[in-house]
Order: sequence, then structure tokens, then C-alpha cells
Amino acid sequence: MSLQSLDITRRSATTTPPPQQRQQQEVAKLIDVTKCIGCKACQSACQEWNDLREEVGINEGSYQNPHDLTENSWTLMRFAEHEQNGTLEWLIRKDGCMHCADPGCLKACPSPGAIIQYSNGIVDFQEEHCIGCGYCVAGCPFDVPRISKKDSKAYKCTLCSDRVSVGLEPACIKACPTQALVFGSKEDMIDHANDRIADLKERGFDQAGLYDPAGVGGTHVMYVLHHADQPQLYNDLPKEPTISPTVGLWKGVLKPLATAAMLFTALAGFFHYVTIGPNDAEDNEEDHPA
Amino acid sequence: MKTETHSRLIRRYTPPERANHWLTAITFILLAFSGLALFHPSMFWFTQFFGGPVWTRILHPYIGVVMFLSFAGLALKFWHHNLISRNDVEWLKRISDVIRNREDRLPEVDRYNAGQKLLFWTMIATIPTLLITGIIIWRPWFAGYFPIDLIRIAVLLHAVCAFVMISGIIVHIYAAIWIRGTVGAMVRGTVSRAWASKHHPGWYKRILQDGDKS
Ligand code: HEM
Ligand code: SF4
Ligand code: SF4
Repeated sequence: MSLQSLDITRRSATTTPPPQQRQQQEVAKLIDVTKCIGCKACQSACQEWNDLREEVGINEGSYQNPHDLTENSWTLMRFAEHEQNGTLEWLIRKDGCMHCADPGCLKACPSPGAIIQYSNGIVDFQEEHCIGCGYCVAGCPFDVPRISKKDSKAYKCTLCSDRVSVGLEPACIKACPTQALVFGSKEDMIDHANDRIADLKERGFDQAGLYDPAGVGGTHVMYVLHHADQPQLYNDLPKEPTISPTVGLWKGVLKPLATAAMLFTALAGFFHYVTIGPNDAEDNEEDHPA
Repeated sequence: MKTETHSRLIRRYTPPERANHWLTAITFILLAFSGLALFHPSMFWFTQFFGGPVWTRILHPYIGVVMFLSFAGLALKFWHHNLISRNDVEWLKRISDVIRNREDRLPEVDRYNAGQKLLFWTMIATIPTLLITGIIIWRPWFAGYFPIDLIRIAVLLHAVCAFVMISGIIVHIYAAIWIRGTVGAMVRGTVSRAWASKHHPGWYKRILQDGDKS
């Protein structure tokens, strides 16, 4: 949604600065996995605020429903059962867009303005500019964007950019009954997380820690994890996510170099013609038998 | 046809061959423009030729399938003229004479020169790769069936092959302008005797001897 049009830090497939006169404080959502009870109030609140409905699915033997993120379900509680030292841990993670500081989706997107990043850190898809190519799916290190079967546009969590722009917290935050979800400036959220981590360590979770992966420049959705050393336990949360090197080669190296090389090839032809000139057989026809 | 029976003209391509070439050429140009529009923002305005950005994305792969089938026709027809010979290696070593129009210093060229053959084999490698990688990234139909890692490799390979092909075709188009009398070979189907004896003497000799029209 194009609400905060004066504070755009990055705009997909755009080579000049986007409107960025207004600067905002960086925000973040903190998901404290250790406090989550898996009630899915956030999942419902997301659908309610965004006025979307997931199709009624089938039970596949877990609380997880739907089974994956979809164009209608921008956030999803993922449930994992983990056994360690004879105890069973039920690890529940609220999945969705991480609002990366260095967003792979935006880097990959070929359509100008289909993905923008606001100065507050929110990465937002502008569906009216989306062409449905799916490059954002290849660019995202967290497997987040989903292409709609109805309109072939990409959809994902907006971090309620429409609510945040008018000073409200995201819908999921408002719905959470245990305050496992909190929202504020990124700085405050890191402070809050550190208090929580100190508390968890006191209670025996030595490896408790904050998930704010540096490989993507940090994220504007962060987790407090009891096992921060093994994020993959939480339904394959990547340990050290980065924009894939393949995507880096494609967009970082090939795109500018190949464009320049093709232009150079065409210019080389032109200059060959005006210097060395055409090769005309009729010029020395008499040298050859007819 | 009058032009073909004219004593000073030699037929180089039959009407079906010419039609096949131009179908491939037109679809290729459409693919290059629609693909480049998505490749770099400086060329995004090419989407205007296709009815806008979304139509560009939709149309490109269908045009690709037509181009592939059309190219397959050309490849089946012409592959045997493109086998590499010892002369070709020598020709490539003297590329600076080629560029300076000093054809008298080059080894005898048959129906195609080494540059043309090189482009042919480059197309044999890249066009099927473009088809396969294009299908892997084709939304909404096929991309959903492939893992994201594979899609990433496919989209990179697709862009690399497209870059190689487009660069090659720029040279191909320029060569047709540079070597006077070449465009007629593919438009009217004929070339002059002077053209044949200067640029493709090996082929010309065979025609004089046994009227080989291939
Ligand atoms: C042979 C069949 C082909 C198929 C099935 C195919 C399919 C595709 C698809 C699905 C895309 C993604 C965008 C979209 O959905 O439209 C794409 C992108 C592209 N294609 Fe093709 N294509 C083919 C041939 C070609 C050829 C021959 C060229 C070169 C002239 C080409 C150049 C490109 C380029 C430059 C891109 C953009 C890549 C990027 O953004 O980095 N394609 N193609
Ligand atoms: S599907 Fe839409 S948002 Fe995603 S990369 Fe393509 S144009 Fe951009
Ligand atoms: S998690 Fe994926 S979709 Fe969200 S900002 Fe990062 S790269 Fe983009």
C-alpha cells in the first residue's frame, strides 16, 4: 500500500533515489517463541485485519493449519516436536516475512516499484505493480512470498504498514494474549529481548538468544529462541540466512556486466562499419570468373 | 523465379528455408526484447512493445516455445553444413584479417565460415538450455513444481544463455550488414557470383562443378 510515500529507502528495479525526504525510526516486531502458547490468535487477527480468508483445509496430524504460508495466510504458526535429554519440547514458531534490512525479494524483483522498503524497515509489496514473475520467491532466503492463484500477484506480510503508518501496532501484536509478540522501535525491541534472554539463561536455557541474522543485514521481525544455537529446530529456521550466492551472481554481477557487454557489442559493430567499413564483393568483381 | 534463373545469381536458400529463418528471427527478437525488459531496469520500457509489463511476462515463454520449434527446423536442416574443419581453426586464428576485410589471407571457406559455425553450435547449446530453464521458471504453470534452489540456478542460467545468444545475434545481424549482399541471401534467396566466390569460394567451386544447390 502506498501510504508513506516520502520515506522510501529502496524501490525494486529503480536506479535513481526514491522519495526519502522523511526519515522514520526503525521498527521491529519481536516474537518471543518461549512465551508462545500456539493459540493462533495472531493468525486469525492477520486474516481479519487484512480481510482475507484461508480455505478450510484438512488435518495432517499436527496443529499446523494451513500447512504452509499462502497468498491468504501471511503468517502461520509452525509446530515442531523436539526431544532432547529425555524431555519433549513443543517448539512453536510464528512464521512470515522477516522484513530483512537487505531484502532478497526486492533485489530480485524486475518490476519498478513492485517492492519497496520504507525507512522504518518495513518491506512492502505493491501488488498493482507486480507482474507475477515469481523472482521474489527465488530471492527470499526465508521462502516467504506466495503468488496468488487468483491474480498471479505476490503476497506476504506487510507488517501492517497501513496500521503502523497511523501509529497503531500490527494486528497480530494486538491479538497476542501472552505478550509473546511485542512491537516498537528496533532498539527497544533489542533491549526487551536482552532482558528476556537474561531471564531465560537464569532458568537454565544456556543457549537462549536473539535471532536478528546479520547475513541479511538484520531483520525487522526478530525471535527470542531458547535454542538460539540451533534455529533449524524451529521448523528449519535458517541458521545463517543470506541472499543466495546464485541470486547475488544473477543480480549483482551478471545484470550490470552483461548489459554493458551487450551495449558494447552493438557499439563495436557501429564503429567497425564507420572505420573499416563494409566488405563488398562487387568492388573487385573482375578478379573472379563469372 | 526470375531472380533465381538470372545467370549472375546463385540460389542459396529455398523459400521454406527462408520462411523458417525469419520465423526464428522474429520470435527471437521478440524474446530478446521481452526478456531484456525484465533483465535490467534500463530496458524495462521495452514492455511497452508487448502491451505492458504483465503481458510481457505472460507472452515471453509462449513465444519461446514457438522459437524453439522453429529453430529445431533450422538445426535439422543445416547441422551438416556446420561441421568444424581444419580450415576453420586456421580461419579463427586469423580473425584480425577477417575484421580488416583481408579475405585473401584466409583459408578457403565452404558454405559457412568458422564464425557462422561457431554461432550455430552456440545456439545448439544455449537454445535447448533456454527452453529447459525457461520451463523451470515459468509461472504460473511449472515453477511451482520445482524446488527454489533449482529455480535460482535456472533463472541465472537462463539469463547467462540469453546474454550469450543476444550478443551472438548482434554480431550475426551486423555481419549481414557488413558483408554486402548477404541480406539478399535470406530475403530473395540468392547471392551474386562475386559474393559467393569471394566469401564462400569452396561452396562456389562445388556449385560450378556439380550444380550443388545446397
Ligand atoms: C526457449 C524457450 C523460452 C522459454 C520457455 C522462456 C521462458 C522464460 C520465463 C518463464 C522467464 C521469466 C519471465 C516470464 O515469466 O516471462 C524468462 C525470462 C527471460 N528470458 Fe526467456 N524463455 C525462452 C527463451 C528465451 C530466449 C531465446 C531468450 C533470449 C533472446 C530469452 C531471454 C530471457 C531473458 C533475458 C529473461 C529475463 C531474465 C532475467 O530477468 O534475468 N528467453 N524466460
Ligand atoms: S512476482 Fe511481483 S513482487 Fe515478485 S518479483 Fe515478480 S514483479 Fe516483483
Ligand atoms: S523475508 Fe523474504 S519476503 Fe520478507 S523481506 Fe526478507 S526477503 Fe523479502
